[in-house]
Amino acid sequence: MSTATRTSRGTPQDRATRVVVKAPRPRRVKRVLLYTFLTVMALIWLFPVVFAVLSSFRDYAYTAQNGYISFGGFTFSNYVNAWQQANFGHTLINSLIITVPAVLLTLFLSSCIAFVVARFTFKFNLALLGLFTAANLLPPQALLIPVFRMFKAITVPLWFSDSGTLLNSYWGLIAVNVAFQTGFCAFVLSNYMKTLPRELYESAVIDGAGVLRQFFQLTLPLCRPPLAALATLEVTWIYNEFFWATVLLSQGDKYPITSSLNNLRGQFFTDNNLVAAGSVVVALPTLIVFFVLQKQFVSGLTLGATKG
Amino acid sequence: MVIVTAETAQSTSKTPRKRSRYKGLNHLSGVDRIVVSLMVGVPTFLVLALVWFPAVGSVLLSFTNWNGIGSPSRAKWLGLTNYQNVVTNYPPFWPALQHNLIWLVVMFVIATPLGMLLAVLLDQELKGGRIYQTAFYLPVVLSLALIGFIWQLMYSKDQGLINAVTGSTIDWYGDQSYNLGAALVATSWRQVGYVMLLYLAGLKGVDPTLREAAKVDGASETTTFFRVIFPVMRPINVIVLVVTVIESLRAFDLVWVINKGRNGLELISTLVTQNIVGEASRIGFGSALATFMLLISSVFIVIYLRIVMREER
Repeated sequence: MSTATRTSRGTPQDRATRVVVKAPRPRRVKRVLLYTFLTVMALIWLFPVVFAVLSSFRDYAYTAQNGYISFGGFTFSNYVNAWQQANFGHTLINSLIITVPAVLLTLFLSSCIAFVVARFTFKFNLALLGLFTAANLLPPQALLIPVFRMFKAITVPLWFSDSGTLLNSYWGLIAVNVAFQTGFCAFVLSNYMKTLPRELYESAVIDGAGVLRQFFQLTLPLCRPPLAALATLEVTWIYNEFFWATVLLSQGDKYPITSSLNNLRGQFFTDNNLVAAGSVVVALPTLIVFFVLQKQFVSGLTLGATKG
Repeated sequence: MVIVTAETAQSTSKTPRKRSRYKGLNHLSGVDRIVVSLMVGVPTFLVLALVWFPAVGSVLLSFTNWNGIGSPSRAKWLGLTNYQNVVTNYPPFWPALQHNLIWLVVMFVIATPLGMLLAVLLDQELKGGRIYQTAFYLPVVLSLALIGFIWQLMYSKDQGLINAVTGSTIDWYGDQSYNLGAALVATSWRQVGYVMLLYLAGLKGVDPTLREAAKVDGASETTTFFRVIFPVMRPINVIVLVVTVIESLRAFDLVWVINKGRNGLELISTLVTQNIVGEASRIGFGSALATFMLLISSVFIVIYLRIVMREER
């Protein structure tokens, strides 16, 4: 404070400045505590991933001898070994074969349902949406027996699935994933579509556009933001899907990368650095999604919970 | 499919009658009826055939002695015998139920409050707030199966980091007095980030004037949160509760990756799977367990639907 104020009329001014100076102090302490707490927590949270990445680049013989709390023995060979032993080239393609059609079909079918629910005022709308949303929440293990038996009993031509049944076929697995995921997407999309102004449809109807044209040329282009968010989310979820792939594809050669993890357990058991390299390879696609499409991912996840 | 053409004719007065007579938004031409029927019919068939029909199937099979050979229609009706056997005659059942409950309690008492706390702390002007958020929800994009492997690097007996640092020789995934705890730490690592995201979204939706009003009234930040913000977030609270219960019931991937749900890691979901794909194919028995899961989940699904669909009515 300036000396002028201090000399003239000391007390009230002084008290005022003291109050002003004192007030931020507890707040600043609080701020420091807050940042410290968050930083420590964030480091703890990042640690397992960072440690996996670090381990994946270290030589097994070196860490076996010197332990993990050491420096040195860096190598890329774990990735080469993991890639070959786990047949990642093959399982990644399987993941692609399953994930891409499953996500596209999920988005298309859920858009259809959401469009009908949002565009019309049918009496069954609410029940329909409930039917799909509830399906998304059922425990898949509880449906395993009938689905498994049904798929085994349904024979399909060999060009459709080389196993001759829906069991052990990519399309069987894709269908189950679509059936489960449609509920969530339909719910999110219908909430979004309901915010579109009804006048749009009125003018479209007056112009003579049929339902199909309204859907493809009006609604879908306007729904790009939620579709992008849901696509990001569903790619991650279906890529990560473990249960159905494990039980419905008993032939290991069709396993997507997430389910093939379980087969690697025995092979990798003795070498944690190999496990680390394998984990990083499997995580890489989702991590890319995470860093590149973060905003889409988060908005997709929270759209369902907060109605946009 | 029933197509209800309830004529609402909301805006007849202002419609210019140029090309076709406007008959309201719900009016459908012949082609349109087919299109709408297909748009509803195809996805509905899929979800009925692959989710709802199997759900009913599981319940029905739980009352029979079907062994998977021959037609299920020729199986004998047993009444509640399978259920009786599950409860009295199946040693892993009670431990599994207990593990599911512990799972739920840990998610509810530790993971959820921690996620909520992080959300509250991050829901303010912070330097690098995005970086913190990113760190906490990074595990959310990883599959639980993969998380099992990533944590093996911490837990493994001979090469794990925990034993290397502490000098203990505990087999964290293998020893049945520790492995449930180990699995819960790994699951919480993911769940906290998920809960945080849900609450961050919920907090953004809270009317800021409520906070200001509380401040003017001299309420502390803690009081404001518990007395004002938390009650306003009721829908999110219920959704988090339901998600927690259902995810605890569905927990499967992580323990299956660790040891296929044996030796201290039994869960209802793994018992169902073992009874069907395992060496002994006991279908009626597995179905009784499955029905049990369906029953619990349906209670919470109903709660969930009532919350999320309230505004649609």
